[in-house]
Amino acid sequence: MTKNIMIVGVGGQGTLLASRILGNTVINEGYDVKVSEVHGMSQRGGSVVTYVKYGDAVYSPIIDRGEADIILAFEQLEAMRALPYLKKGGKMIANNQKINPMPVIIGAAEYPENILDKIAKEVDLTAVDALSLAEQAGNFKAVNVVLIGVMAKSTDIPYENWIETIKTTVPPKFLDVNLKAFDLGYNL
Amino acid sequence: MKKLLLGNAAVARGAYEAGVRVVSSYPGTPSTEITEEIAASYPEVYCEWAPNEKVAGEVAIGAAIGGARAMSCMKHVGLNVMADPVFTMSYIGANAGLVFCVADDPGMHSSQNEQDSRHYAEAAKITMLEPSDSAECKQFTKIAYELSEEYDTPVFLRLSTRVSHSQSMVELEDREERELLPYEKNIGKYVMMPGNAKKQHIVVEERQARLAEYANTSPLNRVEDNGAKIGVISSGITYMYAKEALGDKADYLKLGMVYPLPEKLIKDFAAKHDKVYVIEELDPFIENFCRAAGVDVIGKEIFTLLGEYTPTMIKEAVLGEKAPDYCELAENIPMRPPVLCAGCPHRGTFYVLKKLGLVVAGDIGCYTLGAVAPLASVDTTICMGASVSAAHGMAKARGKDFNKKLVSVIGDSTFMHSGITGLVDIVYNKGANTVIILDNSITGMTGHQDNPTTGYTIRKEPTKQVNLITLCKSVGVERVVVADPFDLKNFEQVVKAELEADEPSVIIAQRPCALLKTVKYTGHCKIGEDCRKCKLCMKLGCPAISEDGAGGVKIDVTQCNGCGLCVNVCPFGCIKKED
Repeated sequence: MTKNIMIVGVGGQGTLLASRILGNTVINEGYDVKVSEVHGMSQRGGSVVTYVKYGDAVYSPIIDRGEADIILAFEQLEAMRALPYLKKGGKMIANNQKINPMPVIIGAAEYPENILDKIAKEVDLTAVDALSLAEQAGNFKAVNVVLIGVMAKSTDIPYENWIETIKTTVPPKFLDVNLKAFDLGYNL
Repeated sequence: MKKLLLGNAAVARGAYEAGVRVVSSYPGTPSTEITEEIAASYPEVYCEWAPNEKVAGEVAIGAAIGGARAMSCMKHVGLNVMADPVFTMSYIGANAGLVFCVADDPGMHSSQNEQDSRHYAEAAKITMLEPSDSAECKQFTKIAYELSEEYDTPVFLRLSTRVSHSQSMVELEDREERELLPYEKNIGKYVMMPGNAKKQHIVVEERQARLAEYANTSPLNRVEDNGAKIGVISSGITYMYAKEALGDKADYLKLGMVYPLPEKLIKDFAAKHDKVYVIEELDPFIENFCRAAGVDVIGKEIFTLLGEYTPTMIKEAVLGEKAPDYCELAENIPMRPPVLCAGCPHRGTFYVLKKLGLVVAGDIGCYTLGAVAPLASVDTTICMGASVSAAHGMAKARGKDFNKKLVSVIGDSTFMHSGITGLVDIVYNKGANTVIILDNSITGMTGHQDNPTTGYTIRKEPTKQVNLITLCKSVGVERVVVADPFDLKNFEQVVKAELEADEPSVIIAQRPCALLKTVKYTGHCKIGEDCRKCKLCMKLGCPAISEDGAGGVKIDVTQCNGCGLCVNVCPFGCIKKED
């Protein structure tokens, strides 16, 4: 059976690193893995989506509506946008951060209210104040690793294996901050 | 050893293992990481960023004629730029293995059109392979070199965004060190003038006939027999989608070689099935071949010509099975289009151009986003370099007064790619255009590649730097001004003055990309209590500045990098920088 995890956020939030940590961790568990990333123009502050799929044999690298076991959302509006991709009985983990998109900034659209409350009424939601936790870890940019920490808890992959991947994936300069950030998410 | 690799990194690995010695490319999403990976991981391989795809392709061609296995990588529209030598190289052949990697972008994640590069294979009579995942990216790259040398032909490796930018498992092998093949003078083969080309054309047709025969038995093309009544012919990423959607409810003819296509294999496969579907993104390339060969297939009458496919879409179309249920909030979800980053130097330029109400001929790069509201100043975007030449055409069509309201904007890398030739045209043909070179010291959109104006090679070795001022002056532009686009007042004066001049002028808008490690903006900007709510700062379209819901404006500190442009724009001095 294939496990489908979707990571969504805003370009520049570090979703790519999150998907790589996830991909490299599951590969060490002996699974077949596919990670689909977004590069280029979409990374410039647009909506970004990466897919991580693992299991005995994975064919398509993409996840469609109603197929994701877990959605890891880095931002509220992106959580709302990604909701249709969640499988029935799937789990949404969402950062409560809000980043206004340009149509909202220029007044052409409104940022919807109480998004996370509305999502919680529909599906299993874990809301996280990842920005505060990242700041607590020492750098607000570690939001991505905090969220990976939260997600790691809902998989059956042992704690040590995540730590091992983080050590080999993030630059040594930022390792301490990231390890702290992971723990804060994991122990939530 | 097995490793999780990006499709592009797997192509790079394949080139390395195949003993490739020379790689020359121009960056373009989704192909860029092939060449970057070679630069970063395989010091045995010489590699470079060339000024454009045509130059890059010719460097690879020269290397192959010189006896070294060589590669050039580009995005689909880059192949248009490189097309000239490609068609003639089909006649010349290869000598040492020569592979052109071309990455298509169905769905246009980062492109200006959705062209299907397979047509080039047929038009230029060059064999094309198409991998479906990272393992095949590596394997097919190596096979491409074998075919290239065995049949004396360049070979295309066609990728697409989902293959290039997906990571999957790859078994790593050692590099096969290869001696240089001898270079021998051979005028009949290497000098393509009519007498020689006529003879070589015969060689091309004979070669293609042999390759078409090879396609029928090549391990690149395989049948997967599940004893099903439905047959699916597919290749590349769509094969993976079909496989996921249909599983063992279909048999598959999986084509790893998309040109030339295996007529006999297709006919045999079709004869064994009640219904045969051709599933391919973009154009009906395989489908048209099947129909021309008299094979009855189902294709574009049920599948779209537009965008990317998904397994769900295939399942619905072929099996009539409904997509899984999903949950959706019944609410309008605002779009989140890409925007210029906080701190982007182009923001100052577009703010001024918008304020002056100019017609702006745009180009390809991050600054294409100058077309997005609220800046919305870019009028046209066509292809690399067209900002300069198309503006010249507009000025010739509409005259002097129009030209005084018209500017071209083009990045430093794009100017080197193909802007300079347009500028030469303006000077030569007595134009009086104003060209703004957005010099942010890097190739931005594709993720920070060096170029001839940065002073560094792909491997960050210091090198001679093309000086844009000297370059523009040397082609005959006498008015060349350097201005900082964040100094809004001065920049506006400069633009006005250059538009007034009755001769060509170049403004070099100089300020580095805010994402460069060498750019150290600190702190962030804050709206003061004395804010008069004029909202002029909102016109910058900065992602950090938005309405506060109480009639005023706020700055999001997680988005702001303290570039200070809003401080400059506020007429009342109400925005201050804080540490």
